[in-house]
This record gives sequence, C-alpha cells and structure tokens, in this order.
Amino acid sequence: MTDVCWIDEALTAARPQALGALLRYFRDLDTAEEAFQEACLRALKNWPVNGPPRDPAAWLILVGRNIAIDEKRRQKRHEPLPAEELVSDLEDAEASLVERLDSTHYRDDLLRLLFVCCHPELPATQQIALALRLVSGLSVKEIARAFLVSEAAMEQRITRAKRRVAAAEVPFETPGAVERAERVAAVAAMIYLLFNEGYSASGGTVHVRVPLCEEAIRLARLLLRLFPGEPEIIGLTALLLLQHARAPARLDADGAIILLEDQDRGRWNRVLIAEGLALIDKALRHRRPGAYQVQAAIAGVHAHAARSEDTDWNEIDQLYAALERLQPSPVVTLNRAVAAGKVRGPAAALAMIEPLAAPLAGYFHFFGVKGALLMQLGRGDEARVAFDRAIALANTTAEAAHIRSHIDRLIKDSEARGGRKVSA
Amino acid sequence: MLYAILCYHDEAEVCGWPQEKDDAVIAKRRVVTNELAAKGKLGPVVRLMPTNAASTVRSGPEPLVVDGPFAETKEQLLGLYIVDCATQEEAVETARRMGRDESGKFEVRPIRYFAPGSGAT
Repeated sequence: MTDVCWIDEALTAARPQALGALLRYFRDLDTAEEAFQEACLRALKNWPVNGPPRDPAAWLILVGRNIAIDEKRRQKRHEPLPAEELVSDLEDAEASLVERLDSTHYRDDLLRLLFVCCHPELPATQQIALALRLVSGLSVKEIARAFLVSEAAMEQRITRAKRRVAAAEVPFETPGAVERAERVAAVAAMIYLLFNEGYSASGGTVHVRVPLCEEAIRLARLLLRLFPGEPEIIGLTALLLLQHARAPARLDADGAIILLEDQDRGRWNRVLIAEGLALIDKALRHRRPGAYQVQAAIAGVHAHAARSEDTDWNEIDQLYAALERLQPSPVVTLNRAVAAGKVRGPAAALAMIEPLAAPLAGYFHFFGVKGALLMQLGRGDEARVAFDRAIALANTTAEAAHIRSHIDRLIKDSEARGGRKVSA
Repeated sequence: MLYAILCYHDEAEVCGWPQEKDDAVIAKRRVVTNELAAKGKLGPVVRLMPTNAASTVRSGPEPLVVDGPFAETKEQLLGLYIVDCATQEEAVETARRMGRDESGKFEVRPIRYFAPGSGAT
C-alpha cells in the first residue's frame, strides 16, 4: 500500500481503548503513554510490511504491554521478551491475542481514561486540554493552537494537570453502578465544555473553533458507543450534532456573528441535522428526560424550521420551561425569556429577566438580550446603556462587533425618526 | 447478475474523518460509480447513519427492542452499493477500484432477490 495515512487513522481510532487498557495494567499515566507511543512507532514499521492487524487496538495493547514489561525487566537485567514481529508473524496470533484481552474491561478502561481527565480539582480548561492530549492524542502544539496560547504555556498546563491527576487517587477498581453513572455524567459535562469552548470561544479573535467542536463530537460518539442505551448521552450527541450543523452559517466572510434568525439555512449541514433528529427520536423512546435531551430538542425545533419565521417559539418556550425545572439556572431563564419574547412580546420578556440582573451582572449575553428587548420597546437610551455594558463584557472581538452593530442601528433609527439623538 | 457491495469499516475511524477526507473518499468512489451509471449498471446506493442511531428488534413471541448494536464489533456495516456485473470477478474488481488506498473492507455478495421498491427517496 502506497498511502500510509490509513495507519495514522487506525492509530488515532485505537488510541482511547489501547491507552485505557495500558493505564489499567500499569496504573501510571506516564508509563501507559510511553508504552503506547512506543507501540505506535513499532506499528508504523510493522504494519506497512505485514498489513494491518485484524484488531489494531489489541495489537497495540499487547505490544505496548510487552515493551513496558520488557523495559522493566531490562532494568532488572533479565532476558527480554520475544519481539512483537514474532507474535504477529504467526498466522492466528491475533485471534488468541484478542481472546487474551479481557474484553469485559473495555468499557471501564475507556471510561476511566476519560474520567481521569475530569478530576474535580482540575479547572475546566485543564480538563479539556488533558482530554485532548490523552484521549484524542492531539499534540501539545495542536492544542496550544486551538486555545490560542503558546506551546510552552500549554505544555506547562498539561504537565501540571497530569501531576495533579497522578497525585490524586486514580480509581482503578471496577466501578459500581452509582459510581459508573457519576463518571459518565462527569465525562459528559467535560465533553459539553469542550464543545462550548469551540462553539463560542472564551477569548481572542477567533469566535468558532471547528476542530474543538469536531473533537467533542468524536468523544461524544465514543461515550455513546460505551453506553448506547443512556438517553442523556444520546441527547448530548444529538445536541452537539445539531449545534455544529449550523457552524457553516454562523459567521460571515469577515468573521462577524450572524444571528440564528438571519442565517442562510441552506448552509446548515443537513446530514448532521438528520442524524441529530434521529438520535432525539431514539432518546425520547426511553421516556427518561434530561437536560441534554431537552437542549437537543430545542436545537431540533430550530433545525425543523425552514425559515426563521417558521420557528415554533411556543414549543421552544415550553422546552425551556422544562429545562428550568430539570436544571434551574439564570442562564436558562434568560434563554427562555428570548423565546417568551417571541410568543408574548418584549415587555413580558423584559419582566422575566429583571430578577436576573444580580446573578448575571457579569454576563455578556444578559446585556445583549436586555438591550435588544429595550430596543424593540423603543427605549433607545436604556438599550444603549445595556449594549455598552455588553461590549465591556464581550469575550471575543466578534461578540463586541455584533453589539456595536446594534448600537449603530439605534443611532441610525433615532436619526431617521428625527427624535432625541442617542449620544454616539 | 446483481451484486451487493457491502461496505464495512470501523465507524469510530470513519466518523473521525475530517470533511475533506470524507469528500475525497466519496469523490474517488464516484469515479467508479459514474462509469457504472453511464452503462446503466448502477442500482441504489445507500449510506447508513452510525450504529449509535440504530435500534435492534430481537424477534420472538414478544419482540424486544434494544439500543444497539453494541460496541464489541470491530467493524460496522456503513453502506452498500447495488451493481450489475457480468461475473463475480467483475464485481470484485469494481470493489477493488472503489476501495483503493482505503482501510475498510468490502463484501461482494451476489443478490438472490431484488425489488426496486416503491420510490421512497
């Protein structure tokens, strides 16, 4: 085979499972990572000659384990184990090899690997960086580029995160049902954070970072393969697919934000939408609603509307009400107010968000929504104050520019009406 | 004779492809299917959503619906082509050309019965 990029893809796909198993054997992240790295190097030499193994993950686990054990023995001046070439030359070696791997560990190995990245002591950005490094196998350079920080700073961030994880007790026992459910929830939250980091960047000049979104979707699919009957994981995957489907329409050629209602819906990714909607249907059959499912359903209502004026805002309002019950938060109420504003008018929406002023005093979107509602009510001066506050709180230049365009419109409208000028 | 060319691959790998790679694979295969279509030898072409979107109905006195298929299988059926070939050799050659430089597998299976359906698209 002339093209060796299939090896890279196979190694990336096998990475979570192989690294997860090696972590279980050696109970040490560094040893597991080194063993996996070494096994990959051997794969690059071996696979082009012998062809791909039937089960790449099993091959990498066995070879990685041999390398690490061999290394330990060498340190004790013992005889080395036979090389993996001898193993993989045997016709049926892989079959017995697969059997030797304890497949019942598969799910918990992967979950553990994902879970060590979500240690509660780690701040969210470190959790995400660690997951991208360990599970996705992105290089430090790639992660640094995604977060718009220097390679040295990211290297330090990941090293620090690893040290903290190593110092904490990594749970190696097979988890019980309750513990497993808690781990799944923690991992789901981390994946959601990773997606949000890509979807609405927390800083800098780039507003959407597609590779982070794609990586989050890959991890969600991975988690869903482990727990195919878990409606919230189905919901999470659906949510990410539906949100990501809009990515091609969210920014204009200059990188300016295009609001949902102004987006060219022809540019939404119909393949991702179809899959997301199919997953929602599937999750609903379980009749165990949860926050991810409801958020996915909201995204689904938008996806169903061919034009923005076809949006069923009443349905969205009700779904947000359900989300408020499942996961009460001022941000959810703020979002509900936007839907309520479409159904019951801007005055009702403004009344809904009034109590949120204190908890959301530092939240960009609160002032963006407040300003827009005031603008609709013709209260230009108050709108201007809210928009000024929003600009001060904007996380990216695209967010700030978007609000500035509202202010420009206010000024223009006010001049057109010949009324009292909004001070520029 | 009609043949089904069934596409098997590790869906974790295929779902991880960036869009450009996905487009490139489809474009490469389309070279082959366009030739077949021009000769009137191409039947339906199907690409399936990932198995995560699937449910399995286990038959029995009281059929059981489960989420699945489960993760243990290494390769999943991701799509299929129906082609009209004179010989099995020709069908295999078609699959060989479609899959050049890819890492999945094609199963070439003669079709026993084929109904074109009622026009669902």
